[in-house]
This record gives sequence, C-alpha cells and structure tokens, in this order.
Amino acid sequence: MPRLVSHPDEIKLVSRRFGMGATNIDRYLELGGYEAVKKCLAQGPEWIVEEMKASGLRGRGGAGFSAGMKWSFVPKQSAKPKYILVNGDESEPGTCKDHLIFLHDPHAVIEGTIIAGLAVGAKMGFIYLRGEYRYLLEIMERAVADAYDRGYLGKNIFGSGNEFQIITQTGAGAYEVGEESALMESLEGKRGVPRIKPPFPAVVGLYGGPTVINNAETIATVPQVITMGAQAYAALGTPRNGGTRLFCISGHVERPGVYELPMGYNLKKMIYEVAGGIRGGRKLKAVVPGGSSTPVLLPEEIDIGMDFDQVGKAGSMLGSGGVVVIDDQTCIVEFALRTISFYAHESCGWCIPCREGTDWLKKSLTRFHAGFGTDADIGNMQYLAENMLGRTFCPLGDAAAMPTIAFLKKFRKEFEDHLNGTPCPFAREGVPQLTVV
Amino acid sequence: MSPTSETMSLFSPALARRFDALVEKYPVKRSALIPMLLYAQDEVGYLSDAVVAEVAQRIGITELEVRNVATYYSMLRFKPAGKFNIQVCTNISCMLRGAYEVYERFQEELGVGPKGVTSDGLFSVEEVECIGACCWAPAIQVNYDFHDDLKPDLVPGILDQYRNPIQDQEKDQEKNA
Ligand SMILES: Cc1cc2nc3c(=O)[nH]c(=O)nc-3n(C[C@H](O)[C@H](O)[C@H](O)COP(=O)(O)O)c2cc1C
Ligand code: FES
Repeated sequence: MPRLVSHPDEIKLVSRRFGMGATNIDRYLELGGYEAVKKCLAQGPEWIVEEMKASGLRGRGGAGFSAGMKWSFVPKQSAKPKYILVNGDESEPGTCKDHLIFLHDPHAVIEGTIIAGLAVGAKMGFIYLRGEYRYLLEIMERAVADAYDRGYLGKNIFGSGNEFQIITQTGAGAYEVGEESALMESLEGKRGVPRIKPPFPAVVGLYGGPTVINNAETIATVPQVITMGAQAYAALGTPRNGGTRLFCISGHVERPGVYELPMGYNLKKMIYEVAGGIRGGRKLKAVVPGGSSTPVLLPEEIDIGMDFDQVGKAGSMLGSGGVVVIDDQTCIVEFALRTISFYAHESCGWCIPCREGTDWLKKSLTRFHAGFGTDADIGNMQYLAENMLGRTFCPLGDAAAMPTIAFLKKFRKEFEDHLNGTPCPFAREGVPQLTVV
Repeated sequence: MSPTSETMSLFSPALARRFDALVEKYPVKRSALIPMLLYAQDEVGYLSDAVVAEVAQRIGITELEVRNVATYYSMLRFKPAGKFNIQVCTNISCMLRGAYEVYERFQEELGVGPKGVTSDGLFSVEEVECIGACCWAPAIQVNYDFHDDLKPDLVPGILDQYRNPIQDQEKDQEKNA
C-alpha cells in the first residue's frame, strides 16, 4: 500500500477521505458523499457550469485549462450522444496522485463524473485507467457496481428522472494514450494515435460525439467545489488558480509523498518544510516542477508560488503536479538521458518530428553520457529540440524538447565537463551506469 | 465461425464468460478489444496465434487489425514471460532513489539479463517506464502487484514471496491464529 503522508500546511479536500475506508459506499455516504450531486440535480446545468467557472478550477492533467470553460464549449443540442471521459492514464513520470484517488476515494470520481454529465447533458461517462493500475480498476469497478445497486447510476439516478451510465476501461501500457484524442482512439479499440485538431473533443470526440475529457483529479475535485461553494474554493488559491492541488513530491527529499496544498504554495517551502528538505543533508541541485516534461529549475529559481501562472513566468510549467527534487550528487546528463529515453520510447511514431527527434536526442545523449560526445553535439541537440517545438502533431514532441532545451541551457558547464575525457564526473563505484538499449 | 471446442479450451469458462460480457459492455463492440487482449494474456501468458484468432473472431475484425493494435501497447506481448514478470521502474523518480541498483540485483539473483526468463519459467525481469508510484520509489510491479520503497537487500525476500506463496499463507494464518 502506498504510504500516506501529512503536513500541517495541507488543506485536505480531494484527499480528505484518504485512509478512511471510503471505498465502501456507506462509509462514503457517512463522510458526506453524494450530497454534491443531489445539490446539482436541484440547481440545474447552467448553475453547475457557472459554479465551475467561478471556482477557478484548472485541469490537473497538465495543461491547466479552466474546467468550467471546457464544459461550456459542449453544444447544448447534439445529434450524437455526448460523453464524459475521465483520464486516469497517469503516466507522466513523477506523477502518482490519481493512483491515490482511485485507491482511497473511487466514489468521488464517480460523483464528479455524474456532475459533469449533468452539466453538459451527457448520459454516459467512461473512466479510463492505465493498464498497470489493475488493482485500482478493480476498486473502481466495485464502486461503480455499488453505485448502480443504490440507483445512483442507471436510467433514473437518485430518482430524478435523469439517466447516467458509467463504463470503466483499461489501457495496456502507453503514455501517449494520456493525450486526449489518442485516449479516444484507444477507447475505440485502436492504436493510440492522436487526432488532428480542430475539431476539438468538446465538439467531435469519442465515437464522434461531443466529449468532455478531464483528468481524474479534476473530476474528483468537482464534488468538493460544489459542496463548499465556488467562492470559498477559489479563495483557497491564487487569482485564476482556484483551490488546492495534489503535489507529488519525489526524488531526493526526506519525506517524499503526495501532499495537498493550496495553489500558489511556495516551492522552496514545499521542498524544505513540507517534504523535509534534501535527503542526507545534501545540497539541492535542481527541481523538475510539474512532471518530467516541464523545464528544470535551478535552486535560485524556486522561490515561487506553485500555480500555473507563476511557474509559467519562471520559465517552466506546473504540469501534472509531479515535483522531482534532484540533489548535488546527481549527473544532469544522465538525468536528461533518462528523461528523453522515456519520450523516445513513448513516441507513437505517427509524426516525423517527434519520432525522429526524440530518437536522435536519445542517441546523442547516450553517446554523450558514455564519453563519446563532441563539442558540436551540444549545439546540435539544442537545434534539434528547438525545431521540434510546436511542429509535432500532439504535444509529446514539446514534452521532450522543452526539458532538453532547459537542461542544455542551465547545465551547459556540466555537459561540457563530459567532453574532457572523463565520461561522467558523477560515476560512482558499484553504481551501474545508465546504458540505454 | 463460432467458438470451436479447440478455442473453448483455450480460455477458461470464467474468461469466456467475461468476454461475452465485454462485447456487450460498450456502445461499440470494438472498444472491448484492448481489455480482451489483456485479460487473455493474463490467462494464457502471451498473445499466441490462437488468442489473436479467437479475439479477432469475437470482435469481428481481421487478425491483422488485432495485431496492428496489439503491437502498439507495451504491456501486450507475443512471447511468454515468466509466471511472475518483474517490472522494475527505472524512470527519473525511481532512478534517483536507486532503481538501477534494484534492477541489477534482480538480474543477479535470477541469473538472467534484461527481459530474460529463468529456466524454470517462474520469473522474468524487465525495465519499465514510470508506473505511477514515484513518491514511493523505487517501485516495481510483479505482474499487477506493486512493491514500494525498495532496496537491493529487499530483493531476495520479494522473490521468496513468489517462490513459496503457500508457505507464506500458512505463516500468515499462524500469525492471525
Ligand atoms: C503526451 C501526453 C500525455 C498526456 N497524459 C495525460 C495523462 O496521463 N493524464 C491526464 O489527465 N492528462 C494527460 N494529458 C493531458 C490530456 O491531453 C488532457 O489535456 C487532459 O486529460 C485534460 O484534463 P484536464 O483539463 O482536467 O487537465 C497528456 C497530454 C499529452 C500531450
Ligand atoms: S518514476 Fe518510477 S514510478 Fe514514477
């Protein structure tokens, strides 16, 4: 069982039922569950969308788009059925928060999905979990079955005359399937290749119908927003960044874990106070603030509030909430190589700049780390990465290019050190060198 | 072609029932394809020619289409792995906390290399990408079970758990008694 952590600065909303047995539907009800959806049934769709807009809740999957805005784009009238799609592919390295939501509070996901359905007039929702999360899928399936038994799902939910069905689905191993349109392809039983946009999913999505796709944490937050009210929720965070968020602090800290902190919480404090500082009394070297695709920050750049806008201003991204902390004994070239080999492995191969670009970056970094780099390699990698930016079919190419550019720019000296005959200044006795196959 | 006696024995009655339910579960039958392949693999061990043929027939698409989709997903395989497939995450959060040392130790203990299968067919070991357990790193999965907060010294104990599952259960029962 993943370890749960806590810290006095946390405001537990999405995580308030973690470790409290809320997978059991009666326990969930005792803890205030399924009250938000009843409120929504009474208030109606327009009210829900307005509340969501006012809450400042922005997507927790990475891009940080306003959830209320996204819902408002769905056409009122549609010849084809509308769908809600919950993205539980959770594959961005450094991110493990949806894991805890499915494990501890599956009914919050169901409740959020129903509310999204009421808001946009959809009668069916899908909850898609990555294939590796089998034990979590089983927890979700049990919860969905219990909700059907109680009449919270089905043809006449809560006796309101509204219909809502939920279908669970498993992936089978693919990062790219987390991209919204690739996820729809996968759900349709195909290779997870992204679709061209526009049309956007809100207009043409799953099975060709208008589709709202949200991250699992976004959806699990919805009942909290409804229960406490949009204004109160928004007030917890910073302007345009409402509420709290699950931050996954991993790497070289004393107390790694998933902490729920208000949006805008200071990154430095998060590392040194909440997560207990750098492991073994070492020094901080770098921080990847929002999952492995976000540009690395230097120690002098981390005195910032963790919301979408402030991290953006600091030249990186809040992304998926995965804060990866790196100490001074770490080789950044090796770290960059491991980061990029992931994107090379996961590129779906559909568009050439991404498929070739990630592969060449990986090859160059492998050679470089092994001590066979040349002066020209640094410039070439930079050139290659810059030319991938914005030129790929979906943002996976950017996800590989952005961190590469930051590593090269901010740690140029360390790259150059690898050229001076000693392959890696950080090579340690008895520690295997990263060799990528 | 309806399922023949040969394909009937390919899958257990429980899996055959699960398949019957899966093709009805979605608005479009083909949405059942990926789960079917994964569940078939869980039971048979890999996607054999017979599995591909049976799934194609149940969904009503060609075997080529099934293979085209299956080759995309990293969990699906066309060759058997060990009965217990050890998947060591070596991605960044795990790497920073010693994943490669854990990965090496598994290979040493089992006497196999990357993607190798032990001669008794019990274990295989491979390096995988992030498995969503970054805050409990380094993490691995043995089939679908997660093991968190690993160290190389914990490796022999994990292997024993899978080698002697029955003994362990007895021990648990003693403990509970
Ligand atoms: C390559 C790639 C992988 C992605 N993986 C995920 C993922 O695993 N989970 C997720 O919620 N969003 C992921 N996204 C973002 C989704 O495309 C989409 O923006 C998100 O699910 C929308 O939900 P939100 O608005 O609630 O954040 C990924 C995007 C890209 C480009
Ligand atoms: S990096 Fe290993 S589980 Fe995420």
